[in-house]
Amino acid sequence: MKLKIDRKLMPLLVTILVLIVGYAFGYSQYNGMRQPQAFFNIFIDNAFLLITSVGMTFVILSGGIDLSVGAVIALTTVASAHLLEMEGWSPGAVIPLMLLMGTALGAAMGSIIHFFQVQPFIVTLAGMFIARGTCFFISLTGVTISDPFYRQVALYQIPIPFFEKAFISINVMIALAVLVIAVYLAHFTRFGRTVYAIGGSEESALLMGLPVGRTKVLIYTLNGFLSALAGIVYSIYLLSGFGLNALNLEMDAIASVVIGGTLLDGGVGYVFGTMFGVLINGLIQNLIMFNGQLLSWWTRIAIGALTLVSLGLQSAFAATRRRRVVVER
Amino acid sequence: MAESRLSWKRLRDNKVFWPIVVLALIMLFNAIFTPGFFKIEFKDGHLFGSLIDILNRGSILALLAIGMTLVIATGGVDLSVGAVMAISACTATVMINPQLANEGVKSAPDMLANFTNTPLWLLILTALLVCAGCGFWNGLLVSRINIQPMVATLVLMVAGRGIAQLIVNGQIITVYYTPYYFIGNGFLLGLPFTFFIVVAVFLLAWLLTRKTAIGLFLESVGINSTASFYSGINEKNIKLLAYTFCGFCAGIGGLIYSSNVRSADANNAGLSTELDAILAVVFGGTLMTGGRFSLLASIVGALVIQTTTTTLYALGVPAMAATAVKGLVVLIVVLLYSQQAREGLGLLIESAGALFAKKGGQS
Repeated sequence: MKLKIDRKLMPLLVTILVLIVGYAFGYSQYNGMRQPQAFFNIFIDNAFLLITSVGMTFVILSGGIDLSVGAVIALTTVASAHLLEMEGWSPGAVIPLMLLMGTALGAAMGSIIHFFQVQPFIVTLAGMFIARGTCFFISLTGVTISDPFYRQVALYQIPIPFFEKAFISINVMIALAVLVIAVYLAHFTRFGRTVYAIGGSEESALLMGLPVGRTKVLIYTLNGFLSALAGIVYSIYLLSGFGLNALNLEMDAIASVVIGGTLLDGGVGYVFGTMFGVLINGLIQNLIMFNGQLLSWWTRIAIGALTLVSLGLQSAFAATRRRRVVVER
Repeated sequence: MAESRLSWKRLRDNKVFWPIVVLALIMLFNAIFTPGFFKIEFKDGHLFGSLIDILNRGSILALLAIGMTLVIATGGVDLSVGAVMAISACTATVMINPQLANEGVKSAPDMLANFTNTPLWLLILTALLVCAGCGFWNGLLVSRINIQPMVATLVLMVAGRGIAQLIVNGQIITVYYTPYYFIGNGFLLGLPFTFFIVVAVFLLAWLLTRKTAIGLFLESVGINSTASFYSGINEKNIKLLAYTFCGFCAGIGGLIYSSNVRSADANNAGLSTELDAILAVVFGGTLMTGGRFSLLASIVGALVIQTTTTTLYALGVPAMAATAVKGLVVLIVVLLYSQQAREGLGLLIESAGALFAKKGGQS
């Protein structure tokens, strides 16, 4: 009997397999990883990465790229820390304002990409510079957040049923909620289908009468919103704001999306897969931490190697898929 | 009248024109707001001044921009140049004194002596070969395995710094060997030595692309890779060459950097220079989608970025905050380059020119 698996799913399946094997390896080698909490800690430590990677998945599915997410996260942490601590704002005002800021930034970048026909790479690169630089106009040094609400949220533990003493944080719940909503958005709504169509071929989508322009702007707006949300989650997680936070995070997010089986050409992939990409990222960090002898830079080598493996798989399984890009000046 | 319109069109279509206009604007800003910006002194047999400083500091960016131009001309992009710079810096410095990598700076004072374990030419050659190898690897991934350039080079960008850490064993290597300082700090005929390096690499690239058919092939591959293949161009090897050359340029950049700061830090050498290099190329009017390119325009683009940075420092803007202004400049320039803005602006100037000519005719 021949097992039939959709070719598109292969990279994702390999990722899941690597995750399981990697975890089993860690389980057998290190005592610390046998605690259930070690598993949930991966979620706790990477909640912000999951949120922003979900947003990145939409962008990449549409055939675009967003380099500004790390900087927007940093800007959110700095701005909210500054407003909370120096200006004495209440979290009830800061959080909506931050979300609004991220959304507006995303919408601005999306509009420039669409209306001026500038490559997403360049626009979001400029956005990244602007957001990262603005952090240092606000504060040159790190600011610790001592707001009671943020502290409460950070310290609150949600117990996991069936596991003793295991817990997750509110951040994780937010990230998982984002994931569920994103899966619904990508696979069960008109917006999601349009995203896939644009990624498959923007021209065809346009000729089909799909609202390409509106959807493209919306994608970047959504990503801006999710970056700001990730920034809030990150500032709750770290309880501080600093302009060098989340440096190069966009690359981690892109790597997670690619490892999660989304084609960088756009049009193929699953939002759900991104979670596994993020989990692998966290698992590698955990393995290296528990090993204790390897230095942290092995994380980067391992993530690079894994990205390469999933890329190799993608090109092996998707080699038949040819895409013609018509470039117009 | 027709002639003046024609020359305006020719001027406007010249790739070097717009970057020079932007550069001139920034210089004009400096002439007004930064006192002493144009002052050049002759001291100890060298020229000193902000402009010379820009030439010296901008050299790394200019080198990266030359390599990046060729890659972008093929329709690709190389995100790994910053990491390759780190690899180059670490390879070269570790060869000067491998012990520093093993035991760190806290060891015996004789290790801090002015000596080298490897001859200077050999360590430069090795670093450049390693970096050309890195570029070759990128080229292989892009041309043979058909991975999207951005992701293919992302792999080395992510892993490269880890590899550089591996080379220096996680240490920050300090260089005590004085002849090595000359690469990034030396002066020749009153001008920074780095200036001559840039000129040499530029000439090499220019001869390669404009005096042989390779330049034409690069553009043709960038415009349509498949069509180039069917017209008998070995498009894979052309791409391979572009990436290898880009890695080579990044290697020189890494040498200059490590020589300039007299140390090699795998984490910070060439951090986010890849983005600056891409911006320089985009400033130069080369499209990210590939095709027509101009090496000179890219170098002017690099100078624009360096001048902006130096200007901001002169105005007392903190280094990190300066990136915001740089981002704004990028955004404005990119919007100016976009077809909509160009058409609008061109129309405006042409009609103004026509009006002017008409008035002139009347008088």
